[in-house]
Order: sequence, then C-alpha cells, then structure tokens
Amino acid sequence: MIGQRNSAAWVVAKHVLISVIAFVMLYPVLWMLGSSFKPGHMIFTETWFWPQAWNWQNYINGWTGIQGNPFSRFLTNSVVLSLGSVLGNVISCSMAAYAFARLNFRFKAICFGLMLMTIMLPHHVTLIPQYILFNHLEWVNTYLPLVVPKWLATDAFFIFLMVQFFRGLPKELDEAATIDGCGPVRIYTKIIIPLAFPALVTTMIFTFLWTWDDFFSQLIYLSDVSKYTVPLGLRLFLDSSSQSDWGPMFAMSVLSLVPCFIVFIVCQKYFVEGIATSGLKG
Amino acid sequence: MSTTQVSQARTERVTAQRVKRRYAHNGAALLFLAPWLVGLLFLTLGPMLVSLYISFTDYSILAAPSWVGLDNYTTMFTSDKLFIQSLKVTFTYVAVSVPIKLIFALLVAMLLNKGIRGLGIYRTVYYIPTLLGGSVAIAMLWRKMLGGDGLLNGVLAMIGIKAPDWVANPKYALYSIVLLSVWQFGSSMIIFLAGLKQIPPEYDEASAVDGAGPLRRFFYITLPILSPVIFFNLVMQLITSFQSFTQAFVISNGSGGPVNSTLMYSLYLYKKGFSFFQMGYASAMAWVLVILIGVFTLLVFRSSKLWVHYEDGGKS
Repeated sequence: MIGQRNSAAWVVAKHVLISVIAFVMLYPVLWMLGSSFKPGHMIFTETWFWPQAWNWQNYINGWTGIQGNPFSRFLTNSVVLSLGSVLGNVISCSMAAYAFARLNFRFKAICFGLMLMTIMLPHHVTLIPQYILFNHLEWVNTYLPLVVPKWLATDAFFIFLMVQFFRGLPKELDEAATIDGCGPVRIYTKIIIPLAFPALVTTMIFTFLWTWDDFFSQLIYLSDVSKYTVPLGLRLFLDSSSQSDWGPMFAMSVLSLVPCFIVFIVCQKYFVEGIATSGLKG
Repeated sequence: MSTTQVSQARTERVTAQRVKRRYAHNGAALLFLAPWLVGLLFLTLGPMLVSLYISFTDYSILAAPSWVGLDNYTTMFTSDKLFIQSLKVTFTYVAVSVPIKLIFALLVAMLLNKGIRGLGIYRTVYYIPTLLGGSVAIAMLWRKMLGGDGLLNGVLAMIGIKAPDWVANPKYALYSIVLLSVWQFGSSMIIFLAGLKQIPPEYDEASAVDGAGPLRRFFYITLPILSPVIFFNLVMQLITSFQSFTQAFVISNGSGGPVNSTLMYSLYLYKKGFSFFQMGYASAMAWVLVILIGVFTLLVFRSSKLWVHYEDGGKS
C-alpha cells in the first residue's frame, strides 16, 4: 500500500490534481488581471483571461480618477493611513507586551485578563459609543478615529502575539543588563526590540494588510470624497458602473492589490509562521 | 530557600524582598502600559458601558437618549422581520460556509502534506485568495464575475447551460458570498499543514502494516490527532464568520438585497446605526451579537470534550 502511494504515477497524478485546483482557484484573479487590459466590450465576451493586446488605456482612464478625484489621491490617503496605523500598532503594542512579559507590577493578572478579553470582543459593541465620542471630538471625517486607536494598542491581538514572543527571549539578557545599570526603558529599546524583529514584522505586515483592506471603519468615518481611501474610492467605480467602466475598475482593482502582493512575496516567511503559530487571519 | 535552617528574621527579610520584587516595576509598567490603559478605558471598557446603556434607550445622536427599557430587545425578536431575516441569513452563511471551508482546507492540506516537491509554491498559490479576498476589489470582481453576463455564465454557456444572474437572484445571492468565503481557505490550510507535520509518520506506517486502509487511517489516526487544530480553526472561523460585512455590503451594493437575501447581521446593524441613526437599536443588536457568538463558542468548547483528543491528556 505504501509503496503504491509513492509510485511515480501517483506523484504525477497528485501534482496534476494540485495544479488544476490551483489554476481554477486563481482563475478569477487572472481573469481580472487580463480584463484590466481589455477594452470594455470584450470583457464580457471573452472567458479566456489572456488579452489579445496589452492595452494600458484602462489604467490611464482609471488613474485620472472618478468624480474629479484622481486615483493617486486615494492611494496616497491609504498609504498615509496604513503607515500611521502600522507605526502606532508596533510601538504601542510592543510597549504593552514588554510590560506584560517582563515587568512585575500590581494588578498584572487582572490587566492581562482584560487584555485577553478584548481580543475576543466583537468590535460592534464599542462601535457606536466610539463614534459618538469621536463625533464629540469633531474627529469624524478625519483620519484620527482610524489611526489614534492604533496608537492606544486597541488591537490587543498583537499584544498577545508579542507577549508570547518576548517570553521566549532569554531572561539572562535582562538580568545582565540590569547588573550593568540598565533600567526597563533601556532594556526595552536596546535588547527586547532588536531581538523581537520577527514578531514586529508580523505585526507590521498584518496591520498593513488589515488597514489597507479595511472597509467598515473607513466607510463610517470618512465622508469627503477627497479623503477617501482606496477601498472607498474603488466602490465609486462600482456605483457609476455602466459596462464601459469595467475596464478602469478592474485596472484600479489590480493596482490596489499590488501593495498586498509585494508585502506578501517579500515577507512570506513571516506570513507562514504568523499564521501557523497564532492563527492570524490574512 | 536552599538551606533548611533559616532564621525567622531572614525569612521575613526574604519575603519582604520578594514582595518588593513582585511590584518592583510599578512605575515603569505604568509608563509602558499608558497607551494601552488609555485605550482600554476610553475606547473599550468605557464604550462597552455606554453601549450597554444606550441599548436601553432610543437615541438618534441628534437628540439626547431617552430611556425605553427593554423595548429595543423585545422589538427585535417580536416585530422586526428584517432582524429575524438577518439572523436567518447569518446562520445560513455560518452553517454552510464554515464546514465547507474547513473540509476543503483539510483536504488540500492533506494533498500537500506528504513530502511533495514544490510545497512552498503550492502553499503560496493557495494562500493568494486569502491574501486578497478581504478587499473591496475582490468583492467587486466577484459581483461582476457571478453577474448575468459575467465569467461564470460565460463558461457555463460554452457547455450549453443557460444560467441565472447569481448575484441578483435571491435564491443564490447568499451562496455567491459563501463561495467567496470558501475560496479563502488559505489560513485554515496553513494551520492544518502545521498540524499535520506534527503527526509522527510511524503511526501511519504501523497501522498500515497492521492492515488499515487509507480511510481507516484517516478516521482513526489523522482526525483524532488533528482534532485540537480542527477545534482551533472552527472557533476562529465561527467568530469571524458571524461578523462578516464587507463582502455582503459590496456584492449587494449596501442594500443586503436582492429581497434581503444577503442581509448579514453586521450589515443590518450598520444600516440601523448609520443609515437610520437608530443608535440605541444598533447597540442592542451589538450586544445580542456578543451573546450569540459567546453562546456558540461556549457550545463548541463544551462539545470539544466529546471529539477533541489531547495526546498529552489536556496540556494544550
């Protein structure tokens, strides 16, 4: 039985099966990519993804934007928002994680319990009061409601991820540094942070992707089209969607996915580890 | 504590030092936890209390909230047909998409597991839908692809099948979102792959020698050993599926249509809160969602005693 399973025919059959499933699965993405180079009327008539000619017109039309707003504006807005969120999460979550992993303080157990609880809590519960709060602060229709929470470590999941990682770092390093006269602040900046690179990268990748793809909170807080981010901007194409707009819509959709793709290719190792060890959702 | 004869005074001094060490970093901890504490108080715990209070009021954000007691909660279950509809839609979505997704993820993980060449590439390719799937771009693609003159019907037409507009037909619209969700099985698959790697090959070989066929080996060896991982994936998928929003929003263009067939719970909550400004009602819905997710998670945890096997007798 075992010998049979490892026979050449079985191996080939397996590769064929896996490749066919993979091709069918990726076909929608390939079709979108191909369609972004096709003139609008050909998108519905052609089911094969490969375009007959590489026509960049859709990209040019999409890039000039919609409702008087160039697509570059949406991109810039998304980049600013994502960078602000990534920095905020890395700094605030690693600080909290350091305290939980390495410092001894009063009420530690209670605080840790509360932190774990907030991971499980659906964001719907805090959604409306937060909106009311930000509305009072006159932050609605700015990026503050989207970025400030990241600087206050509200994505507790990443705290947990980093606590787990920090606990794996040798404690002797801290002790040696303490004997040399380092306080917690220097231990954090000089020892923990440089050693925690993998955990920090995982946090950065997933914060970036989640912010880049986030639709719900951007939909709620941003109302000026000039402040729109990529997801909101893309949806404008859908609203105005006569069939001739399919091309530019697909072109800008492809463009919007490029940063995610680059991050994924560059940081693949951290992806697989992050998901396999902690169940992070992509 | 290594010596057996320590004087009373010394013990006291040591305990005093221990207490001191235990709280040695109160100041530093406060500094490091400051951002998180502010967030916890003002963005989580505070809002939770406020949300609970608002859920017992009628509140439109323009006027002060007025107390209505349990009205929001009773309305939901007695006279709000759309609420019941959103529950039905969400339950159907969760009940159909989660099992299919997990089964598919497990099957692909098993195909990829046994020392196949190019595992890295296949894993990458299978993960791509998960990487991109949460975006508005893919939701829009889905809507176009499954529309009346979209890709799927083009392919079906080639083999002579005339198919309906999947997205505009109330019978099928929800299942087009289910398909989109199943398509993103990548992270479950990666977790399964990591779990499968933990199974010692000797187990399989020994039972094969004893004459167990592949099916028997799957049900009596692979599944029991993998059950903690299945359990973990199930809980994660349940929690996220109950909250899904973007796909239904984009595919139905924010309406939950056709005929409310894709009116997911989160989508209805959003409409109540931010289209109709019934903030009290939406808050009550949020708390019902918390309870629902809590109850389901608890049920899965309770049931785990029956089907999840821990090799080391319960240590994770």
